[in-house]
Amino acid sequence: MTKFLLLQNYAGTAACDLPMTDWAPGDIKAHIDFQVALNDELAGNGELVDAQGLAGPELAKFVTSDGVGAPVVTDGPFPESKELLAGYRMIDVESQARAIEIAAKASAAPGPGGVPIQQPIEVRQVMGAPGPGE
Amino acid sequence: MSTGAGIEDLLRELAPQVLGVVIRRFGDFDSAEDAVQEALLAAARHWSAEGMPDNPRGWLIQTAVRRRTDQLRSEQARRRREDAAAMAEPPAADVSDRDDTLILLFMCCHPALTPASAIALTLRAAGGLTTAEIANAFLVPEATMAQRISRAKQRIKASGAAFGMPTGSEWAQRLRSVMHVLYLIFNEGYASSVGADLHRTELSGEAIRLARMLHAALPDDGEVTGLLALMLLTDARRPARTGARGELIPLAQQDRMLWDRGRIAEGVALITGALARGVVGEYQVQALIAAIHDDAAEVGDTDWPQILALYGLLERMTGNPMVALNRAIAAAMVHGPDVGLKLLEPLDGPLAGHYRLDAVRAHLFEMAGDVPAAIAHYRAAAARTTSIPEQQYLTIQAARLRAGTAPPGRADGPPS
Repeated sequence: MTKFLLLQNYAGTAACDLPMTDWAPGDIKAHIDFQVALNDELAGNGELVDAQGLAGPELAKFVTSDGVGAPVVTDGPFPESKELLAGYRMIDVESQARAIEIAAKASAAPGPGGVPIQQPIEVRQVMGAPGPGE
Repeated sequence: MSTGAGIEDLLRELAPQVLGVVIRRFGDFDSAEDAVQEALLAAARHWSAEGMPDNPRGWLIQTAVRRRTDQLRSEQARRRREDAAAMAEPPAADVSDRDDTLILLFMCCHPALTPASAIALTLRAAGGLTTAEIANAFLVPEATMAQRISRAKQRIKASGAAFGMPTGSEWAQRLRSVMHVLYLIFNEGYASSVGADLHRTELSGEAIRLARMLHAALPDDGEVTGLLALMLLTDARRPARTGARGELIPLAQQDRMLWDRGRIAEGVALITGALARGVVGEYQVQALIAAIHDDAAEVGDTDWPQILALYGLLERMTGNPMVALNRAIAAAMVHGPDVGLKLLEPLDGPLAGHYRLDAVRAHLFEMAGDVPAAIAHYRAAAARTTSIPEQQYLTIQAARLRAGTAPPGRADGPPS
């Protein structure tokens, strides 16, 4: 089994550039149901490690420190806030192919009118211990 | 009573009392807890096989004390303490069950601890939850929670706190800490501050159990009674507070038939009894407000003038801006949304950036018919909340208003 992080940000997509507050209420509910059902399915398969949504960009802070003086803390709003992480799923699956399959499913989450939003999903393998024979 | 579940319930009830006794006797939290755990395991084994002893609490104390004494005896370096412990009398008659429960709670909610540590230690030592259960409830790895609990114990040890009953003004202060920690546990379960689950009922249930324990130890304390009543009256609405998909349903839209009448009756009886005694504190006022909400068969029957008066009283008692926020809602219900909005203005400072201020403004602007302002504030609130169910609720409110005001043809579907 291999662990992967599936990451998504706030950027609009080719299929949907509307913020969710501008969707029809029924479409929002359908989208939420889809995400919940996907997590339930992955948990049921024994593939889900963790799934979390992150609080919005307005609450984000960037911190830098030289280890000596007081840290520099930058508050939002940030010009590049659409590139911030919105949420992630960590999965533990048999193969990269399965990770891609799950990412594809997540990407096709329903948007306005039930049309898949084609959200880009960043698929990142989690590094682990060396494999046998390596 | 000799069924497995009966024994388990009894053990959970007795565990904190027994732990209180053993700690008082030996003075060391960690080893006392180990000894009590062993005694509990032994009880679970023996009682289901051989039946309940006449005095289960005495049995547990004796077994735990014996374990701890054996342990001490095997530790050469502690020879002196062994002698002292082995020769000690059985639990002193002047210290009652209630005092042992209290001593344990006072220690778990020690002011040297951060709230998070006090919560973890209380659930572990007084609540009898396993470390894995507590970790699960707070969505952290078990090793992390184990470390939090162990550091809390070390901190108490380092603070040099005596395992005895505090006296004088310290007693009242420590009781306030205990009530605060129990209330935090309840809220963590009722309106979970992290993650997707709106209710982590095991935490609310545990808080209620501990509050009952505290109330049993201090039946004449009005605030302890108020705290238990507040928990019961709030928890009564839990079955109506979420929809089939786990979504949040606000008070005004809840199906009141789903409210737990038993809990409401018990809470009302408690708060009525406490108020009859005269001294009113903040938990009692909050319980009274909850009771008034629970008393309304329909949302339209709610006695808002009385709620408004009580929030006024509570605000004077606490100076808490969150109370002022709730008073503004009540004022809007009594005198109209403009009065409520006016009362929110001074809160821009103390509650700057808090999503609840935006959420209440959105609601009051909607009442006032100012849809664009309501949408803007629902959006702002959705962007700032850290709770997923609340974020979804607020997002849908913004979308609902927007859909209602969108040009024809765009109200229900996506833009083409």
